[in-house]
Amino acid sequence: MEATTVAKTGTEGKSWGGGEKPLKASYGKLMMWFFISSDALTFSGFLAAYGFTRFKFINEWPIADEVFNHFPFLHGVDAPMYYVALMTFILIFSSVTMVLAVDAGHQMKKNKVITYMALTILGGIIFVGSQAWEWSNFISGEYGAVETRSGKIIQFADADGNRVALDEFATPTPGVRTKHENKNGIWFQSEGSYNPLGIEDVKKGFAANPDLRVRTMQLTDEGEKEVLNREESLLKLNTSGIGVIEGANLTKNEYGAPLFGGFFFFITGFHGFHVLSGVFILIIVFFNVLLGTYEKRGSYEMVEKVGLYWHFVDLVWVFVFTFFYLV
Amino acid sequence: MAHDTTHTAHSGAKKRIWQVFIILSILTIVEVVFGILKPDFLVHTDLVSLSLLNWIFIGLTIVKAYYIVWAFMHMEHETASLRRVVVWTAVFLISYLIAILLIEGTYIQEIYENGYITWDF
Repeated sequence: MEATTVAKTGTEGKSWGGGEKPLKASYGKLMMWFFISSDALTFSGFLAAYGFTRFKFINEWPIADEVFNHFPFLHGVDAPMYYVALMTFILIFSSVTMVLAVDAGHQMKKNKVITYMALTILGGIIFVGSQAWEWSNFISGEYGAVETRSGKIIQFADADGNRVALDEFATPTPGVRTKHENKNGIWFQSEGSYNPLGIEDVKKGFAANPDLRVRTMQLTDEGEKEVLNREESLLKLNTSGIGVIEGANLTKNEYGAPLFGGFFFFITGFHGFHVLSGVFILIIVFFNVLLGTYEKRGSYEMVEKVGLYWHFVDLVWVFVFTFFYLV
Repeated sequence: MAHDTTHTAHSGAKKRIWQVFIILSILTIVEVVFGILKPDFLVHTDLVSLSLLNWIFIGLTIVKAYYIVWAFMHMEHETASLRRVVVWTAVFLISYLIAILLIEGTYIQEIYENGYITWDF
C-alpha cells in the first residue's frame, strides 16, 4: 500500500485523513457483504410476498405435507418432509466442508483446501439435482384436480376422505381428438402436452361412482381440507367444474391457489439458481487453487469470499425450508 | 487478518465448526420431528395470529441463521461496526416489510371473507 502513495496530505493518522480501515475488512470481503445484504433483501421480498399471499388465502392454502410427500424409491409411500430434510442436511454439510476449506486456506494448506472444496462442489451438485427431482414431481402431479369457474380447484376423495386420482374413476372418451404430432399438419410442429381427459369424462366417472366425494380448498378447524357430502359434491362438480388440471405449471396447479405454484417455482427456482451459480464460482476458484494461484498470491482470501456466498445460499435455504415446507 | 496459525487457534476453529454443525443438525431434526408430529396443543394455541408451532419454527430458524452467520460466515470475528451495519440494516428493513405485507394480506382476507361479493362461485 505504501508504495502506491504519491503525495502526503498532512492529515495522516487523523480519523478523516484517509487510509483508515474502520471495519478492518478487505475491500473484496466488504463488497461481498454488500452483495449479501442486498440479496438478502431480495429474498426477503419474495418470502414476504409469499407470506402476503398466504395470509390472503389463509383458509384455503395447500397443505405442504400433502404436496411434498415423495421420497426416491418409495413410490406411493406418504413421506412428508423427509426429502427436504435430507436436502437441508446436504446443504448444511456442504457449508461445513466449505468453512473447513476456508480454515485450511488460513493455514495455507493447499491439498486440504482442494479436498474440502471438491466435497463442497459435490454437495452443491447433489442439492441442485435433488431440487430438479422435486420440481419434476411437482410438475407432473399425482392426483389431478378440477378447475372451477371462480379459478379455485376441487380435488377428489373416497367416503373415508382418502385422495382419489382422476384416472382411477374417469376414462377419456375415445375419438374426440388426438395429440398433434409433427408428422401431421402443414408444418413440422408438435403439441407439447395434450391431456385427452376432459371435464365431461370426469363428471361422468364421478356420477358413476357413488363412493366419491369432492374435496374443496377450504381448511377446517383441524387444519384439514373440507370434504363435501355426496349431494353437495355432485352439485359442486356439475355447476362449477370447467376443466381438468393435472400437475402444475406457472398459471395453474392441482394443489390449490394458482399462486402457490408460481411462488414455488419462483422462490425455489431463484434459490436453485443461486446454488447453481455458486457451484460454477466454486469450480472456477477450485481450479485456481489447483493451479496454485492463491499459493502465489500468498492468501486464500478468494476461497473465503466464495465461502461467504456459499454460506449465504445455505442461510436462505434455512428460511425457504421453514416458510415453504414447515409453517 | 487471520494469519494466527498457531496450533491452538487452529484446533479451536475446527472444534467450533463441528460444534456448530451438530447444533444445526439437532435444530433441523427438532424442526422435522415437530413438522411430522404436529402436536395438537401447539397447532391449536394461537399467539398473535400464528400458532405456537409456527412460532417455534420461526424461532428455531432464527437461531440457525444466527449460527450460520456468526460461526460459518465468521461474523463473530468481524468488528462490531461491520456486524451492526450488516445485521441491523437487514433486521429493520425486513421486519418492516413483513409487518406491512402481513397486515395488508390479513385485511384482504377479511374483505374476501366478509365482503358482499362471493369469491367462490
